[in-house]
Amino acid sequence: MSAADPHYVAKTFMDHLPILQVVIPLISAPLIIFIGNRKLAWIIAMIASAAAFVIACLMLAQVKDGSFISYHIGGWAPPLGIEYRIDALSAFVLMLISGIATIVLPYAYTSVKSEIPKRLHTLFYALFLLCLTGLLGMVATGDAFNVFVFLEISSLSTYVLVAMGAGKDTRALTAAYDYLIMGTIGATFFVIGLGLLYMTTGTLNIADLADRIANQGANRTVQAAFTFIVVGMGLKAAMYPLHHWLPNAYTYAPSAVTTFLGATATKAAIYVLLRFMFSVFSPGFHFEDWTLYLIFIPFSLLAMFAASFVAVFQTNLKRMLAFSSIAQIGYMLLGIAMLNATGLSASIVHLVNHGMTKAALFMGVGAMVLYSGSAFFDNLNGLGRKMPFTGAAMVAAGLSLIGVPGTAGFISKWVLVQAAFENGWWIIAIAIMLSSLLAVIYVWRMFEVLYLTAPAEDCTATDPPLPMLIPMLILAFACIWFGFDTELTLGSARVAAEGLLAGSAGMAH
Amino acid sequence: MDTSTALYLTMLIPTVAMAGNMVFADRENLRDGITFLCAVLTFAYVLVILCNVGNGTTAELRLFEVVSGLSIAFHVEPLGLMFALIGSGLWIITHIYGVGYMRGNNEQHHARFFACFSIAIAAVMGIAFASNMFTLFVFYEILTLSTYPLVAHKGTPEAVKGARTYLGILIGTSIALLLTGVIWTFTIAGTLDFTKGGILEGKITPTLLPVLLGLYAFGIGKAALMPFHRWLPAAMVAPTPVSALLHAVAVVKAGVFTMLKVGIYIFGIDFLASTGASEWLMWLAAYSIIAASVVAMTKDNLKARLAYSTVSQLSYITLGMALATSMGALGGGMHIAMHAMGKITLFMCAGSIYVAYHKTEISQMQGLGRIMPITFGAFLIGALSIIGLPPLGGSWPKFLLMLGAADAGHLIIIGVLMVSSLLNIAYLLPVVGRGFFRPATDSKLPKTFAEAPLLVWLPPAITAVGCIVLFFYAGSIQNFLLPIVSN
Repeated sequence: MSAADPHYVAKTFMDHLPILQVVIPLISAPLIIFIGNRKLAWIIAMIASAAAFVIACLMLAQVKDGSFISYHIGGWAPPLGIEYRIDALSAFVLMLISGIATIVLPYAYTSVKSEIPKRLHTLFYALFLLCLTGLLGMVATGDAFNVFVFLEISSLSTYVLVAMGAGKDTRALTAAYDYLIMGTIGATFFVIGLGLLYMTTGTLNIADLADRIANQGANRTVQAAFTFIVVGMGLKAAMYPLHHWLPNAYTYAPSAVTTFLGATATKAAIYVLLRFMFSVFSPGFHFEDWTLYLIFIPFSLLAMFAASFVAVFQTNLKRMLAFSSIAQIGYMLLGIAMLNATGLSASIVHLVNHGMTKAALFMGVGAMVLYSGSAFFDNLNGLGRKMPFTGAAMVAAGLSLIGVPGTAGFISKWVLVQAAFENGWWIIAIAIMLSSLLAVIYVWRMFEVLYLTAPAEDCTATDPPLPMLIPMLILAFACIWFGFDTELTLGSARVAAEGLLAGSAGMAH
Repeated sequence: MDTSTALYLTMLIPTVAMAGNMVFADRENLRDGITFLCAVLTFAYVLVILCNVGNGTTAELRLFEVVSGLSIAFHVEPLGLMFALIGSGLWIITHIYGVGYMRGNNEQHHARFFACFSIAIAAVMGIAFASNMFTLFVFYEILTLSTYPLVAHKGTPEAVKGARTYLGILIGTSIALLLTGVIWTFTIAGTLDFTKGGILEGKITPTLLPVLLGLYAFGIGKAALMPFHRWLPAAMVAPTPVSALLHAVAVVKAGVFTMLKVGIYIFGIDFLASTGASEWLMWLAAYSIIAASVVAMTKDNLKARLAYSTVSQLSYITLGMALATSMGALGGGMHIAMHAMGKITLFMCAGSIYVAYHKTEISQMQGLGRIMPITFGAFLIGALSIIGLPPLGGSWPKFLLMLGAADAGHLIIIGVLMVSSLLNIAYLLPVVGRGFFRPATDSKLPKTFAEAPLLVWLPPAITAVGCIVLFFYAGSIQNFLLPIVSN
């Protein structure tokens, strides 16, 4: 496995983990279509994503000490061959993505039945796996063009998944179309950036790229490539003000899709952003410093305040949570802009903490929509009392969203503010705190609707069936658990952050 | 039993009480019995800890580390032990009172009410025994969240609005200011452990010290320092047992307790004194004392008047810390106990009047003293203790605070304390006066002795006696607290 051995050939099962991570869901997707059986479709999807999760965990255990796994596809040595490269950061994000997929599928089993027409069920699971493949591939690969390919796989399947919400609300179609246009622009920008880099260096391997542009900071082509890549990925990550596609897509997509996307899609894009900004380009380039200070900080602050402010006034719970996601992405970008180990680990740990939190919340909304038909606050009155377990899960996750101590969200916020203090940025530290007050307001609106308003007299809502309830409770429990035990989350994030800050040295062969 | 087991149990037993309330939600006698038993047990284990003090078992208890350098950890020190004793002891009395009040007043959702109440007590125990600022902060927030449903209990629009103010100010200040201060402290000092003499000396430039102190002083919203006091009157929409235990004892005392802890163990009294960083806070606390008393005089609603009185009294404790002298800190610490006993008496009396005759405004209470002599008698004793007249417990901390002010050379503060006592007389004694000496205006009132139910009038009578007893034991309390300021 060591990259130092040039004649290394992968032999055992364990050696093939990086490729299995992507190939298992990739193969399972067409398998589902060929078999065409609705029951089996779910089972196959479940097995594939659970396998992906196990693989991600195995790999994280191997690289948690700061080492990395380099896998050469077909035995072709990089930079000519395609390389898959797993380090602490990628393993950590892989674990999040595959973990959320595994936990969303049982939930989807019931929720899809009620939200999507029967004839589309097999297609749904196939697309779900394709989307998973794309997201995992983006993270696992060490080849820049591969990132683009997987980005497109995940995006195209996502557009269709969002559009499947049309069975309930035809606005899902326009939302998907919107997302399609914006997402395509983003992907195009990204590939233009890659083209420019290829033009300058003649390579597409990420580690090789990093070596070759190391002293080309003054090269305009490299600078242009950087711009295209940041804007392109910024679009996919819903970086403020490129977030326009997100609220509608999250609001009108089927609940299971919203849950999965909200917890993973933007996170994978942020991973790619991190990878390119730190491992390919290095903050040593003057233009990158400027981007961080002049673009990332103001826009992430705007996201934190403007998006939270908009969230406060939403009348639809799903939409409110979508705007809150945009604000939370602001926190992650802010952590990146701090450019120190603590800030980066705050961003990375927030990827995961926010992923769990939002997934639990979207699941809760989905369960309520099952009975109320829509996520408008008016239709959710008093449902927290009628659905005690769902309500409890949403309270736990809501508190984590605010960042109340004892929840995962608190840990992210603590580390982020600490990073601000380390840089001596008092004002930013206070801004982070003030923006979380806005989170208090919108989360509390949700609590008041769920608990303090009287439910309709003929309301028959009860907790959803166990397959929906258990994943939700697991995530809610995780929101609290990771507020106390941060060994796995923050520990991995710190290792990942150090790897990133080592720049291209962290990517050395 | 060793101290660490008892420490666990003091937090675990209230949690059991909560679970009991939720499981047996429909069997009210069993449910209230379990809670009572748990309250007694909690108090007993705090007593065990008290007995263990000095026999070598007071080790620090590290539960686990959350982030490197930050752990959930507990220890026993005099101030916290005293706070735990007050909290758990008064829980027993308030529980008896609460059962009487909730039943006598036909309030709804008893199980939810007592479950949240128990969680709040568990949080108070966590605050009392926290051995670092991080642990304290975690339990501080749990306390805020667990008392929110209690304030919103009635579910009426006013209750919801009051609860919103309550939560908005408490969460707002604690996240925006206190948490900022805590993380700042952690970044510069590298630790948050409560250490005698403070952890900040030499770590921060003197110009920034008052700023950091300000983050704490305003961030600890539960101490109700003006201008962040509005939540306390707003919380009075809660049923009276909540106002009695939580908003005269547990929640507000958690605030000033935190204030004292921060002053003594984070900043260090000597460090504050040598830098003068707390002087502005002293003047603000003095202003808070006078201003809140003046506002209290304008309130006709009895609970609102008591709430403003609490705002004023809490600032005594903040003042004690800000004086930055040993006597001031001791006086502040002792005032936690004395004020708790006095104010809970007053609140329980207010509740007793409400249960018996549904009177909330002072102007309607004329003549009530003749038919409810026990309630009004207890009110008188509680009021005299708050005013600070011997032979009642409340006289001692005021005396110590004055000594502290003299030590610090601030004679004006002595004047402030005296004026405050006069104002206390002006807004508390008329309630008793109207009750006993003015003829009843409401012709529907009975003419002879007709008290509230036994479970409602007995608890304030007990705490009123407690106010007298405390006067004679003030010396022991002072000796007990002495280690927090002596080296």
